[in-house]
Amino acid sequence: MFGLANPQRFMSATRLAPAILGVAAAVLFAAGIWLSFTAPEDYQQGDTVRIMFVHVPAAWLSLMVYGALGVSSFFALVFRHLLADAAARAAAPLGAAFTALALITGSLWGRPMWGTWWEWDARLTSVLVLFLFYLGYMALRASIDDEQKAGRAAAVLALVGLVNLPIVKFSVDWWNTLHQPASVFRPDGPTLTADLLTPLIVMALAYTTLFFALWITAIHTEIRRRRTAALALKTAGGA
Amino acid sequence: MPDLDMAQYGPFVWGAWGISAAVIALMIAAVVADARKAAKALRDAEGEAGE
Repeated sequence: MFGLANPQRFMSATRLAPAILGVAAAVLFAAGIWLSFTAPEDYQQGDTVRIMFVHVPAAWLSLMVYGALGVSSFFALVFRHLLADAAARAAAPLGAAFTALALITGSLWGRPMWGTWWEWDARLTSVLVLFLFYLGYMALRASIDDEQKAGRAAAVLALVGLVNLPIVKFSVDWWNTLHQPASVFRPDGPTLTADLLTPLIVMALAYTTLFFALWITAIHTEIRRRRTAALALKTAGGA
Repeated sequence: MPDLDMAQYGPFVWGAWGISAAVIALMIAAVVADARKAAKALRDAEGEAGE
């Protein structure tokens, strides 16, 4: 396990992973799309329930990817580990994209169901803050020329942003929000019927598998980019 | 059979699915394009370092 922390070993151990995960994601997406449009309408939401099959997985991924960004940043900051720093940098744009999707698709569901595109309630606002943390992380990394300093500063910001994750998750319990409380991960079990839960879970698996395929590819890219920079420096030094 | 008639909710449902498909496609395209560019740059750098 710890051997994988060596970038070159990680590259060779995960060489085929993006292709395998990519095929798995394609199969899961095909099944998820079929199940999403063969599922019955919800008795209250009507056909807008089908927005949930793209909104909820994006929202789950926005939190999961930030968790991955936070853990990677911790190892990068404390142990100055190159692979952890590459993993953190690779995760940020993917997490930002999933968070943007969660916000946009949530808004498209909110308009017909709540009668508003946006409401400054605790859940929506904390997810917007999460999106800003992603953007801040990427902007900070891009604004400092020294890669090591940029990595450390961004890692600190990522760790600060971890505080927001339980706020996002429990905002619907701690405050009186327009956003409904959790309907899948509940102590007393999901409130959804199997007809609606199955497409949701399959789509969530598709999103998660796709994320890992893209994340591993992006980590490979980051390692190659750093190796190229090191070689250029070596060549310039030897000239 | 799939139900594709979203009635009055069509613009919202298809809008959400369309935007999701577009963002996911863009994400895949960006990651793959970056990967190809980085692989080529490394090959070129290794070639130069070997010369």
